[in-house]
Amino acid sequence: MNREFTEALKKEFGNNILDEVTSRNETYLTVKKEANVKICDHIYHHLDISLVSIFATDERKKDGFFKVHYVFSLDKGDAFVIIKINIDEKTPRYNSITHKIAAANWYEREIQDMFGLIPQGHPDPRRLIHFEDMPAGVYPLRKDFNIRTKPQRVKGEYVYRRVEGEGVYEIPVGPVHAGVIEPGHFRFSVAGEPIINLEIRHFYTHKGVEKLFENISLDKAVFLAERVSGDNSVAHAVAFCQAVEKIAGIDIPPRAKYTRTILLELERVYNHVGDIAGIATDVAFGMGAAHANRLKEEILQLNEKVTGSRLLRGMNAIGGVRRDIGDKKDGILLELSEIQRDFRELMEYLMSIPSLMDRIETTGRIYNDTAKGLHVVGPVARASGIDRDTRRDHPYAAYPEFNFKVQLQKGGDVYARTVVRADEVCESIGIIEQALWSFPDGEIKAMVGEIPDGYAFGYTEAPRGETLYWVNTSNNKIERCKVRDPSFCNWLAIEYAVLDNIVPDFPIINKSLSLSYSGNDM
Amino acid sequence: MSVEDEIELMGQRLNEKIKKIFGRSLHIREVDAGSCNACEVEVNALSNPIYDIERFGIHIVASPRHADMLLVTGPVTRNMELALLKTYNATPSPKLVAAMGSCACNGGIFGETYASGGGVDKFIPVDVYIPGCPPRPQAVIFGIMVALDKLPQKIGKTGVKP
Ligand code: SF4
Repeated sequence: MNREFTEALKKEFGNNILDEVTSRNETYLTVKKEANVKICDHIYHHLDISLVSIFATDERKKDGFFKVHYVFSLDKGDAFVIIKINIDEKTPRYNSITHKIAAANWYEREIQDMFGLIPQGHPDPRRLIHFEDMPAGVYPLRKDFNIRTKPQRVKGEYVYRRVEGEGVYEIPVGPVHAGVIEPGHFRFSVAGEPIINLEIRHFYTHKGVEKLFENISLDKAVFLAERVSGDNSVAHAVAFCQAVEKIAGIDIPPRAKYTRTILLELERVYNHVGDIAGIATDVAFGMGAAHANRLKEEILQLNEKVTGSRLLRGMNAIGGVRRDIGDKKDGILLELSEIQRDFRELMEYLMSIPSLMDRIETTGRIYNDTAKGLHVVGPVARASGIDRDTRRDHPYAAYPEFNFKVQLQKGGDVYARTVVRADEVCESIGIIEQALWSFPDGEIKAMVGEIPDGYAFGYTEAPRGETLYWVNTSNNKIERCKVRDPSFCNWLAIEYAVLDNIVPDFPIINKSLSLSYSGNDM
Repeated sequence: MSVEDEIELMGQRLNEKIKKIFGRSLHIREVDAGSCNACEVEVNALSNPIYDIERFGIHIVASPRHADMLLVTGPVTRNMELALLKTYNATPSPKLVAAMGSCACNGGIFGETYASGGGVDKFIPVDVYIPGCPPRPQAVIFGIMVALDKLPQKIGKTGVKP
């Protein structure tokens, strides 16, 4: 697939392509800086291929250039094509592709803040990650920036979009919210009850994770990956480990693959059940919420019995897993069957409550074309009819060996997202059962020596959706680690999902998208 | 001992303390100062039917103005610093501050960087540290009890009755 695809590209853009490198299922094409818009536009619109990430690297030490990578995912053939451009330090500018591909919006602004590379012609060139009190010229991901630097606070102002008109007023919410949720700012413009515009402002929890990766050892980096977005710990850790294993050519033992799959699915189950509890809470249906929360707690306690950690932490390592779960097999199967029975009952009950259905049907619609245009991922995308799932499209761990269905809905509303999650819980339990029935014998961790220099992608389908890691190693250390959490894509969609909905429905819509602030802000 | 029994025991002790000091209930405001969100998972767990801390007199409130105690998570990111200070100042005295999780205790894995402040006590006074990443709900309840023991002393200093 990769071959044909790159051949076709070369035919079309022959003299614009300067270099081609292929390693495993990743093809890197370096193209002329001026040709980026043309080529990305062609791949995206003409060949209909998803843009899954954009990131920059600082390789000035190596060849004098910054690089910007556009990552396209060929879902049908399990391959990635990466378009690269070189950017000179003296002219740190390149053409923005956001006017052609809306999904590029935040990536380009992120690169602007972190590397000081300016996307020319970007429709919204404001800062994204840095706040207004950050002095100009601070680019944390440049190699010559010391992580311990504490930039002064300067005076500045953040300008929000304004909606004007008779009776229009603004409601600012956050960063500290009324509930126990993460910090972020929302600014609603409303006329009466309906929301006519929402602007979100995030990155309150920006902790400098990507820079930190470059400053810690590879072993410790697994723990950091677990803490990028706490409730998706396993998905992040596995994606990171897989990237490093790909670089080093480590083939992990089957028992480790199975264990990882089980952990990934346990994580999905507790997250999805928790999200459904959240929906019940937000429509003020306390009894349903109590039931769902009890179920979630049971899964967290099962997690603790199996791994020693309620959030399944500390299990993954480069080369496999750190603890054998073979002796817990029967216990897991027994508990899961009970959980599944209770969960089915709960869903039937929830869906039979008219006042709940009334709140979630047609609420917070994300239309298929909006979801596609913004590259929405995960259950949210599947509820808008987008048939993508990393477990099937880019198989990893032990997924190729199991039967499971990718759950789809068309409605794109809160109801559709709830149904997708409920169905996925049952699929996940099915996967765990299959894995435990055929749990292979043998080692749980491969020998790992020095990690050679190289770069590769690792990816998982987290409970929130496609999670991508691009790791570049050199001298047994991390040179660059780009993390793409699913929420970084999905946050953009909330501004569309709330339009024409009433303010009291916002919490439900927000919950149904289940967005991570920490994973987004990093 | 099952989790339920454990909580029942701790809860009774907690309830007695709260009764003695506050008469009825302790109000807590949670502040996420840049956590990875796993600490929030555990704070939320405190309200599920298994732990159900409300029955012991603990209420998680929506505004710092109603709070007796702040439960702070996260390493205090540069971007959350101001919001944390404002929340602290909005909380009436005498107030307690519990730093929950390794991040809040000393920065944890995020340490002190351009973006991460490296622990809550660098910014506001902390009364009790609850280690763990994330701390289990039992640990949080225990931490709250330890904090409560400090309150009489604090009240003595300010002369204000809670
Ligand atoms: S202490 Fe651990 S769980 Fe809590 S916010 Fe920090 S990294 Fe996350």
